[in-house]
Amino acid sequence: MSGLPLSTTPAAPPGTPARAALRHRLAERGVDRTLLLVLPAALSVVALFCYPFLYGLQLSFQPAKGGVFGAYRQFFADPFSRKSVWATFSLAIPAALINVGVSVPISYRMRREFRGKRLLLALLVVPITLGTVLTAEGVLEFYGPAGWFNRTLHLLGLADSPVQLTMNYTGVLLSLIISGFPFAYLLTHSYLSGIHPSLEKAAATLGAGWWQRFRHVTFPLLLPGLMTTFCLSFVMAFAVFPSAMMVGDPNGSTHVISIEAYQAALERFDYAQGSADAMIMTALMLVVLAAVTGLRSRLYRGSTGGKG
Amino acid sequence: MSAVPDMAGGAKESVGKAGALPPSQLVELQLRGVSRAYGSYTALHPLDLTIRGGEFVALLGPSGCGKTTALNCLAGLLPLTAGEIVLDGRRVDTVPPEKRGFGMVFQNYALFPHLTVRGNVAFGLKMRGVAKPEIARRVDEVLRLVRLGEQANRHPGQLSGGQQQRVAIARAIVMEPPLVLMDEPLSNLDAALRLEMRSEIRRIHQEFGLTTVYVTHDQEEALSLADRLVVLEAGRVSQIGTPSELYEHPADPHVAAFMGYRNLLALDVVSARGTAAVARRGGLRVAGTVVGGARAAEGQEVTVAIRPEDVRVVGPGDQPVAEVVADVVEYHGRVLHVEAVTREGDRIHLRAHGQVRPGDALAVAVDADRALLFPKESAGSGGSGRAEAAS
Repeated sequence: MSGLPLSTTPAAPPGTPARAALRHRLAERGVDRTLLLVLPAALSVVALFCYPFLYGLQLSFQPAKGGVFGAYRQFFADPFSRKSVWATFSLAIPAALINVGVSVPISYRMRREFRGKRLLLALLVVPITLGTVLTAEGVLEFYGPAGWFNRTLHLLGLADSPVQLTMNYTGVLLSLIISGFPFAYLLTHSYLSGIHPSLEKAAATLGAGWWQRFRHVTFPLLLPGLMTTFCLSFVMAFAVFPSAMMVGDPNGSTHVISIEAYQAALERFDYAQGSADAMIMTALMLVVLAAVTGLRSRLYRGSTGGKG
Repeated sequence: MSAVPDMAGGAKESVGKAGALPPSQLVELQLRGVSRAYGSYTALHPLDLTIRGGEFVALLGPSGCGKTTALNCLAGLLPLTAGEIVLDGRRVDTVPPEKRGFGMVFQNYALFPHLTVRGNVAFGLKMRGVAKPEIARRVDEVLRLVRLGEQANRHPGQLSGGQQQRVAIARAIVMEPPLVLMDEPLSNLDAALRLEMRSEIRRIHQEFGLTTVYVTHDQEEALSLADRLVVLEAGRVSQIGTPSELYEHPADPHVAAFMGYRNLLALDVVSARGTAAVARRGGLRVAGTVVGGARAAEGQEVTVAIRPEDVRVVGPGDQPVAEVVADVVEYHGRVLHVEAVTREGDRIHLRAHGQVRPGDALAVAVDADRALLFPKESAGSGGSGRAEAAS
């Protein structure tokens, strides 16, 4: 080694090599000054997420009565609050499944060029720019008992009395689909465009019809992406609050966990109970995410390019 | 649709026995006026070609010449704008790709990344509903043939480029297709592997009694593999012929350039007698042979095509073609590849056996039968006439 002129830095004064070596070692692990760019984001995550989360967590263990786990016991003891778990899942899972399911055929067809594709794409994605409150208002107006939808049904003679689509489960599901679909579509579209088109062509020359091509080539390669899309859609739908309040039936079929937590904290001023409800909500969400991620890890997850 | 012949069914019945040099399943494939246009741009002008069973035909040309378009039209991946494709009397251009039953090897291999080697090769048989034991038997046989038996349970991502290439070929030939289409299958491999796979492809072609249409831009690959070559340029056929026909008698300067005639010089005819003519411009004076039966008139502009290996440093009694100065000298073992410049700036490529250094002044000579003279206007009309004669 000593024979190689470039192997060490003999010219460096004593004392400095250790520092230079440390810097070198850090650089090898990707730690250098540009890492400071991450600092503002990291600080705000700590200040705006980690601290409130941990504060809420410790708060949830300090209920007015019932000991450390009193608030949690209270949640599961009360049938009304217990039922909110079911209400949340029965909204979030169908909404996520519908959003993912509908975006697959649409993005499958949108891979090819056609006239008016950009306009259609814009229409599909526009709801992303609307806030949930605006969407809920829209659903209320459009699908309400005196809204255009029911008026059209009436004019066409398809319904004698207005169909009840708002202030219940259907209204919330509709608003979740309207606001959640663009995300699901954009994600599915990008996953699908990552699958090399030559794979389907190859399948065609091997005798596979369009359904076989989808079933045996495109779908298996898309499935991991669909699962990720499902997770994100699910999380968005699980935290449903404004639409459940505005177009739902907040004291009945759409009494979701977030409403339960809101009412505990801001109507009954029981912060410990509200925090505990939020923690339960987080835990349930994580269970679903862990299950889907676990399933996903058992699938093929390599490249989806033409070269294998 | 029911009147359309189902090629897949036909292929299944006539199962060939690999190993015993099976006769080709195909007698004759005809392309009649096959063309393809994208809007106002014609990618492939009407192409007439008859491929006989067992033949290895290469479509050769630079990128954008329409060769891949022609192949995709054959495979059914692109609809024809005009013309028809007839396989043994049955029209197949209206049949969708999955019913044509042609095997195709893609440039990027297009292996299914989520399936093992075995799954990839078995895919087509599975789609056809072949019985499981039969699939296993045929897949094993083909994997042995392409020497991938040990890799059968790996995924394509775990294989080297050459192995992936062999999987792609195995996947196409396990169907025992009447026709195999290959789209630049070697272009993604390194030089050594390309040579190895080249002989492998030829071996598989013979062993399986395949009929192969092979697209490439590499003339060496085409010459060494194919029984017949179709040279395309800008969507038109320049020439169709056997490798030796094209190599010895290129129909136009474009084909000549592809066949290794690196020296293409624009000169003027000063005297002509029969097919022999002398052309000159500046310090160049070449005695050559006029190609294509056309007569060269005095004063006419011609393109003179000469291979570098036919240009030599003058010996005693030689009539020098030009006085040149060596510019770039490359060492290639026994010979030196020399790029030399005339006083007027024309570049001459030649092979030298002795010592040549950059800056050396040389006098070079060419035999008259080795210099091909292409009259200028024959490049278009004369070329296509020649192509028909050759086919």
